[in-house]
Amino acid sequence: MVSLSDYLILSAIIFCIGLVGIFVNRTNIITLLMCVELILVAVNTNFIAFSHFLGNEAGQIFVFFILTVAAAEVAIGLAILTLLFRNKGTISVDVTNSLKG
Amino acid sequence: MTFDQILFYVFSFWFIASSLAMIFSRNAAKAVLFLILSFFSAASIWILLEAEFLAITLILVYVGAVMVLFLFVIKMLNIDKSTLRAKFTGYLPLGLLVAAIIIVEMTLVLGGNQFGLDIVTAPARHAADYSNITVLAMQLYTVYVYPFELAAVLLLIAIIASITLVQRNELNRKKQSISEQVNVQAKDRVRLVSITTPSKEDK
Repeated sequence: MVSLSDYLILSAIIFCIGLVGIFVNRTNIITLLMCVELILVAVNTNFIAFSHFLGNEAGQIFVFFILTVAAAEVAIGLAILTLLFRNKGTISVDVTNSLKG
Repeated sequence: MTFDQILFYVFSFWFIASSLAMIFSRNAAKAVLFLILSFFSAASIWILLEAEFLAITLILVYVGAVMVLFLFVIKMLNIDKSTLRAKFTGYLPLGLLVAAIIIVEMTLVLGGNQFGLDIVTAPARHAADYSNITVLAMQLYTVYVYPFELAAVLLLIAIIASITLVQRNELNRKKQSISEQVNVQAKDRVRLVSITTPSKEDK
């Protein structure tokens, strides 16, 4: 049988892959959004694994809401991306320095 | 090695491999396709964990809607690849170091000593007539009905916000003109009309 620690370590590895993706793709906002999606899927796998092994359905309900929020986030993020491309002509992070942060 | 373990390792291999291919691919459209493959692997692993509804939702909502939205945006924006990949390897060693440290720490914390089969025993498989959707719906429409409504409102707000953000012109937009409102005169508002009422003798 597959133990709970196998699922947890798998999702930790996926989480770290998403983190490395944010490091290496930090100029491309589209790939940054995709890495965030990957991290969210890793966290959802954690929730479902605990829900299965503890026999409690609340974890799956939580994943349902995480999927909802992630879909809303992607919709607004891509809208902002389209707006950024229309105003700046590129979607590189380097040009988004208007706030001098 | 049981059949469950074989399935788990096959799906995990494709999950990790396609995720790595996603973050290191130079073409954004190829990255989206690799992310779709990793979502399919994740859905397979969720089915192994008996979360059938969420696995199907992941495929339908994510692969069917969100990833197609990504592809649509990538094809719509003409992205210059050369400027985006200028500093591709600049932060790669630091990222790999951070990831390696996190993986080692998580493996130590989440390893078999704390969450192994002898600590957390695997639950028995459900019967063939067990319905995951029924169980989730019973929870969702009774205990979690207010969060469910809030999620619906959140999706509505997301729709309105994304449409408002990308709307360019003022076509069909209802707006008020402040200067016209301030400069209004009484004769613009009220129009006196004299009406002759017919008298009773005329009938």
